[in-house]
Amino acid sequence: MCKLRSETVFNKVLYFSAITIVVLLVSIFLTLILGSLPSIKAFGIYFLFGKTWDPVFSKFGAFPFLFGTLLTSFLALAISIPFSTSISIFLGEYFKEGSLSSVIKNMVELLAGIPSIIYGFWGLFILVPIVRFIEIKLDVPPYGVGIFTAALILAIMIIPYSASLGREVIALVPSDIKEAAYSLGATRYEVIRKVMLPYARSGIFAGIFLSLGRAIGETMAVTVVIGNTNFFPKSIFDPSNTMASIIANEFTEATGELYLSSLIEIGLLLFVVTAIINIIGRYITKRIGVKI
Amino acid sequence: MQIDSKTGISSRIIKDRFFKALVVSLSFFVTIPFFFILFYIFKNGIASISWEFIVNLPKPVGETGGGIANAIAGTVLLIALSCATAVPLGVAAGVFLSEYKNSKLAEWLILCVAVLQGIPSIVIGIIAYTWIVIPMRHFSGLAGAIALGIMMLPVIIKSTEETLKLIPDTLKEASLALGVPYHKTILMVILPAGLSGIVTGILLSIARIAGETAPLLFTAFGSQFMSLNVLKPINALPLLIFNYANSPYSEWHSLAWGASFVLITLVLVLNLTARLVTKKWKVQF
Amino acid sequence: MEGTVLKIEKLHAYYGMNAVLTDINLSVPKNMVTAIIGPSGCGKTTLIRCINRMHELMPDTRVSGKILLYDEDIYQMNPIIVRRKIGMVFQRPNPFPTMSIHENVIAGFKLTGVKLSRIEQDGIVEESLRKAALWNEVKDHLHRKGSFLSGGQQQRLCIARTIAVKPEVILFDEPCSALDPVSTAKIEELIEQLKKDYTVVIVTHNLQQAARVSEYTAFLYLGKLIEFGHTEKLFTVPEHKKTEEYLTGKFG
Repeated sequence: MCKLRSETVFNKVLYFSAITIVVLLVSIFLTLILGSLPSIKAFGIYFLFGKTWDPVFSKFGAFPFLFGTLLTSFLALAISIPFSTSISIFLGEYFKEGSLSSVIKNMVELLAGIPSIIYGFWGLFILVPIVRFIEIKLDVPPYGVGIFTAALILAIMIIPYSASLGREVIALVPSDIKEAAYSLGATRYEVIRKVMLPYARSGIFAGIFLSLGRAIGETMAVTVVIGNTNFFPKSIFDPSNTMASIIANEFTEATGELYLSSLIEIGLLLFVVTAIINIIGRYITKRIGVKI
Repeated sequence: MQIDSKTGISSRIIKDRFFKALVVSLSFFVTIPFFFILFYIFKNGIASISWEFIVNLPKPVGETGGGIANAIAGTVLLIALSCATAVPLGVAAGVFLSEYKNSKLAEWLILCVAVLQGIPSIVIGIIAYTWIVIPMRHFSGLAGAIALGIMMLPVIIKSTEETLKLIPDTLKEASLALGVPYHKTILMVILPAGLSGIVTGILLSIARIAGETAPLLFTAFGSQFMSLNVLKPINALPLLIFNYANSPYSEWHSLAWGASFVLITLVLVLNLTARLVTKKWKVQF
Repeated sequence: MEGTVLKIEKLHAYYGMNAVLTDINLSVPKNMVTAIIGPSGCGKTTLIRCINRMHELMPDTRVSGKILLYDEDIYQMNPIIVRRKIGMVFQRPNPFPTMSIHENVIAGFKLTGVKLSRIEQDGIVEESLRKAALWNEVKDHLHRKGSFLSGGQQQRLCIARTIAVKPEVILFDEPCSALDPVSTAKIEELIEQLKKDYTVVIVTHNLQQAARVSEYTAFLYLGKLIEFGHTEKLFTVPEHKKTEEYLTGKFG
């Protein structure tokens, strides 16, 4: 069968666009590696453990930011889990349809749509004074900004992600095992806790895992309220920096190849970590048959 | 053994009621920050909104009557430019995924789209900086648009693929059986049938990037002046909010509240439009 | 009749506006097998789901009338107690996939917060699995999940789970419709044994099965109880014309 010229051109265009995306991703990865090379050469693996970030003496250790990222992200996760799990159970079991269900569903979707700079800006002017007030009551230095404030805002931002995935897996629990549990005389709470949640375990975990990835990469809201210090934080009320916020704060002022390269290397770390989390999360959801 | 002691039952019933109350209250608790945020943006932002606000440029500190015209113009320009780059590429890749879904390349593509979607926006900014700002030797709206375009791609590709998946094969077969060439079938039968889903995907990706700041920090960079030249630095709503929020001047804070109001309105309108498009335009099979 | 366990009085059941059961009056005798037969859609599944108060778990449902378990109206009792005393085996075997065989058998206790010592657990597991004629096949695999079991074995596991909590009545909702003939025969043998300790009500669309296992049969048609009596009599000399028509296959 002879194909028309336009047919082959069309197919070529489709193939080309597919390949372009793959090439794009590979190029992104390579660009980050190439940009990090000077820093990798200079500091090696100690980049990850070095506690000093000193642009003046060109000595760069990223540990404070790794620590800041992990602390804010896990704290945010811990704060968000009770709320996102509640919403998952609310929408997936108690109120699958109806007006209450729409209210919560829409609100969660809209929460996910608020730009992060607006979270940051609102956090700076409304949340920070509140945290400062709490810190005074707790007899801690009243920075207002810091890890705790950043974790609070992050928690609000990541709730929609784990909530929606959790809702899907809970709604997918087969009704026949729910009925088996009811027929043995279990209350609804017992059915949810001892039958539905164990069944939906991997999906709920995947949702939490993916929201962790989101928290790690979040930049603007964190940058505005974390306080921008490169010293090692000693408590959750201290100001700090995360991997994303240090790049946001210092990239345009980075003088010298090594400085810039160190920041790019942090970008590379972010890329690798979020990519791994994403791939694992998708592997899990694929195995249990849920769409993200 | 005594399974059903009266007290055993009542404590189980209490736990059941308590749990439901807990789930409901925690769920509604989450609405508090939502309304909290919207309330403050509305309250503080609406005070700044006026005609001058929309059409004036930012004034130096100390002068009143500044506006955000260049930020609005910049945002519109960036959206237009990033759509121009990302939409054709994204839709084409989405069509590929739907038409050649069993190929090895499609498997790799799906993986790449997943990873691409998860890349932190600040990292995309680094990429655009390296690829465009460095060779050009200065910041530009073009670099910003490229960064935003890269971020739009995963959303457009996925929504295009999913929309096309829902279109039954019989439609394609009917067109081919009439002798319509394959490429025309796709372009003139299949894509129009899936238009609502594709447009929804585009609107949602615009809503996503309209508020993105991080990729613009060292690409578009921001500017005090009105500029429609994409080869130069350009301002945008999120950049303005970031810069003014961090400043010590209260006039600039008011501008930032106003800009936040405009931005959030834009995002909400885009989201609502996307939903309306799905509802009204969706072709049922 | 011999001691009555369940007395159903003027039972009506609704799905939304539709009356699925109309004015059902029935007495279920103790330690016997009562079969409920009738064409598809006649309401037999709805009837037994009213007996263990599972019908009301669906949205937009309503029940009126009384069902007395001995002398207590189950609709005046807390449903979680009712379901403890009246167990159910479902059409498709539904063992809990996240639990082992051992855990499945004692699920009735685990789910409802009853603490059992290890010895008590093992005792209950063995007794229930023996009664369900499954012990020898799984006794070396008690801590594996039940997914490797065949359909018939899974159904017997569900039976073991149901009898572990020592209900008064066991309801079977077409328990063999998803099983092969060999497993079906095993389950019918089992039901024959179970009636010594429990009262059995079995819904079935298989007339031969009803004739084989039951002492009493109720025939339902379009939500109404048409005839109830000794199985042998109902099957050989039915009183009602509709019964006869159904039994002779005039309609399905």
